[in-house]
Amino acid sequence: MIPRPMAPQLPPTPDRELLLWMYERMGLVREFEERLRTLVERGVPVGPVHFYTGQEAVAVGVCAALRSTDWIASTHRGHGHCIAKGVDVRPMMAELYGKATGTNRGKGGSMHITDTRVGMLGVNPIVGMGTPHAVGAALSARVRGTDEVAVAFFGEGAASMGVVHEAMNLASIWTLPVIFVCENNGYAQATPVEYAVAADRIADRAAAYRMPGVTVDGQDVLAVWEATEAAVRRARAGGGPSLIECLTYRYYGHHQGDNALRYRLAEEERAARERDCLRCYRAVLLAQGFEAAALDAGDTRNRERLDAAIAFAEASPVPGPEELLADVYAEEVHG
Amino acid sequence: MSAVAATRELTFSQAINDALRLEMRRDPSVIVMGEDVAGAAGRAHLGLVDAWGGPLRATVGLITEFGPQRVLDTPISEMGFVGAAVGAAMTGLRPVVEIMFVDLIGCCYDQIMNQAAKMHYMMGGQLDLPLVIRTAYGTHGFKRTYGGGAAAQHSQTLYSVLAHIPGLKVVVPTTAYNAKGLTIAAIRDPGPVVIMEHKFLGGAAKGPVPDEAYTVPIGRAEVVRRGTDVTLCGIGRMTHVCLEAAEALAAEGTSAEVVDVLTLAPLDEATILESVSRTHRLVVVDEDTPTASMARDIAARVADQGFDWLDAPIKTVTAAECPVPFAAVLENLYAPNAERVRAAVRELTG
Repeated sequence: MIPRPMAPQLPPTPDRELLLWMYERMGLVREFEERLRTLVERGVPVGPVHFYTGQEAVAVGVCAALRSTDWIASTHRGHGHCIAKGVDVRPMMAELYGKATGTNRGKGGSMHITDTRVGMLGVNPIVGMGTPHAVGAALSARVRGTDEVAVAFFGEGAASMGVVHEAMNLASIWTLPVIFVCENNGYAQATPVEYAVAADRIADRAAAYRMPGVTVDGQDVLAVWEATEAAVRRARAGGGPSLIECLTYRYYGHHQGDNALRYRLAEEERAARERDCLRCYRAVLLAQGFEAAALDAGDTRNRERLDAAIAFAEASPVPGPEELLADVYAEEVHG
Repeated sequence: MSAVAATRELTFSQAINDALRLEMRRDPSVIVMGEDVAGAAGRAHLGLVDAWGGPLRATVGLITEFGPQRVLDTPISEMGFVGAAVGAAMTGLRPVVEIMFVDLIGCCYDQIMNQAAKMHYMMGGQLDLPLVIRTAYGTHGFKRTYGGGAAAQHSQTLYSVLAHIPGLKVVVPTTAYNAKGLTIAAIRDPGPVVIMEHKFLGGAAKGPVPDEAYTVPIGRAEVVRRGTDVTLCGIGRMTHVCLEAAEALAAEGTSAEVVDVLTLAPLDEATILESVSRTHRLVVVDEDTPTASMARDIAARVADQGFDWLDAPIKTVTAAECPVPFAAVLENLYAPNAERVRAAVRELTG
C-alpha cells in the first residue's frame, strides 16, 4: 500500500469572524487560568490543576478547524481543550470548586472535565489513555454513517506510551477520521523530551503508521489551524488519520505548586514567553488591519465571563450526600 | 398462541453466538471487536472469510451476516482496541469486545478499571457507557485432552480484580440458557459489563435454549438445587462442582442447597442470605485463588449480615494459593473439586 498523499493544500483563509473567534477564545483560556492561579493563591480548594497557559494556540487552532459535532479526547492538561471546544466556563469553574452545578456535578474536578454535548470526551489524567477513545469515536462516526472526525490530543510524554502507538495503528488500518495532535511542550513533568523520546521529531513517527505527519509552530495559532484544517479535510473525505506535532511551551510547572526552575533554566522560560502566542497573534491581527478596540472588546468580554463563572461557582451548592452513591451504575433500561 | 416456545439444544458458546446475532439484528449500533473474532481479516478476495470465530468460536459466522464494518478483527493491541470500544460506547455504539483470555487483562486494565468503570460516575452521569467485555477464563487441564492445562498465564480466573472496581458489572454464566440471557442483558445494559466465560463450559455446557431473545437479569443469583442442611455457593464452573457434590452428599444423607451466584458485581446478597437463613451453613466454592477473592468476600458479607443464622463457621473452597501449574496432576490439586467440597461440608455437619 502506498501512503495516501495529503489533499492538495489550498491556501487556507480563515474568515474575519473565525480570526476574531480564535483571538477571543485564546484569551478566554488565558483568563480562565490567570483567575484560577489567583484562586489557588487565595487558598480556594480547586484540587490539583495542570495549567495550560502558554499552549493556548494549540487547543484553539485545532478546535477552530472542527465542528461542534466533532469529537476531542483530551489530556490531563485539558482546560484549553475544553474551552476551545465550547465547554461553558461557568460549569467548568463550578466543577473545580466541587459544586453540584459543575460539568461533572462535582465528581470529576479539573482532571475529568467532560461535556459530551459539545463533543468533549473528557480530560484524562492517565497519560495517553484518551487517544484510543478518539479512535473509537471515529469508528462510531463511521458505523453511524456520519462525517464526524475525532481529535486525539496527547503530550510528547504520552508519545512514549504504547497505547498511543496502538491507537495510531488502529486508526490507520481502519482508515479512520482521527487527527492525532501531539502537544510537544518539552517536558513530561520534569523529564525533557530530548532525553525521553528517541526521535528528532515526534511527527516522524507518523511514517511508521502510514499516515502523514507534520511539525508546526504551536505558538502560531494560524499555523496550527492550517495544519488541522488540512488534516480534517482529508479525514472527512475518507483519507484516514494524520499526526500533527505542535511545538509549544508551558509557562508554569507540571501542576500548581511545581517549580519548573528545578528542571529548566530561567533563560529558556524567558525566551519562550517572548513568543507568547496571544501577544504574537494580536500583533498579526493588528498588522492585518483589525482595530485594537475590537480585540480589547474580546478581552473585556472574557473578564466578564470569568467574573460570572467565579460568582456562579461560589454561589452554587455543594453536592448532597445522596450524590456519593449516585451514578455508580447507569440507569437500567429494561426491555 | 402460547404454544411451546421453540428451543434448540445449544452449547454455552453457541448460545452466546445466538445472543450476539439476535442483538446485532435488533440494534445496528451493536458491533463486535477483538482478536480473530472473525479471522482471515481482509482475505475475502481469496475466498477466506471467518477463519476463526474467537477462541471459543462464540463469534463464528457473525462477519458473514453483518460484514467487516460491524465485526472487526483487531491487531494484538488490547489497550488500543478496548480503549477504542470505550470511545465508541461514549459516542453512540454498543461495542461487544472480546479479550481472548482474562489473563490478558493486564494488557488493557487501565481502559477497564480507570476508564470504562468510572466514566459514568466521574462524569456526573452525563453519559452511558454500554460496553460489553467478553473473556474466557479458568483451568481446563481436567479435560485431559492434553497432558496438562494451559498453565499460569492462560488458566486464571481473575474476576475478583474486576468485581473489585465500582462501576463494573461482572457476570459468570453457567449454562447455555443463562449464557444467552445474560449476554443479551449485558448488551442492553447502559453500563460496562464483563462476561466471564469458562473455557470448559464453552463446549461442555449444553442445554435447551429458546430461539427468541430473552434476558436473564444481571445482579440476581439463582437457587439451582433445593436443600436443607447446607448452602453451597458456586461461581461459574464451580456451580457444576457444587451440584456434583450435592448429589454425592444426598447419597450420604446430607441435603445441600446450591446457589449459583451468576453475578459477582453487583452481588445478590439477598438470595445467598435467604438460603443461609434456612440451611444455617455455608460453603463458598470459587476457582479463584483465596486472598482478596469473591469467596472470602461472600463469606465476609454473610458473617456480617447473617451471623445469627449460622450454626457453623463459613467454609471456603478455593484454588490453591499459587500460580496455575501445568501438569495435569498438579492442576487437579490446584482447582476445587466435588470431593473437596464434600470434605468441607463434612467438617461443618460433623
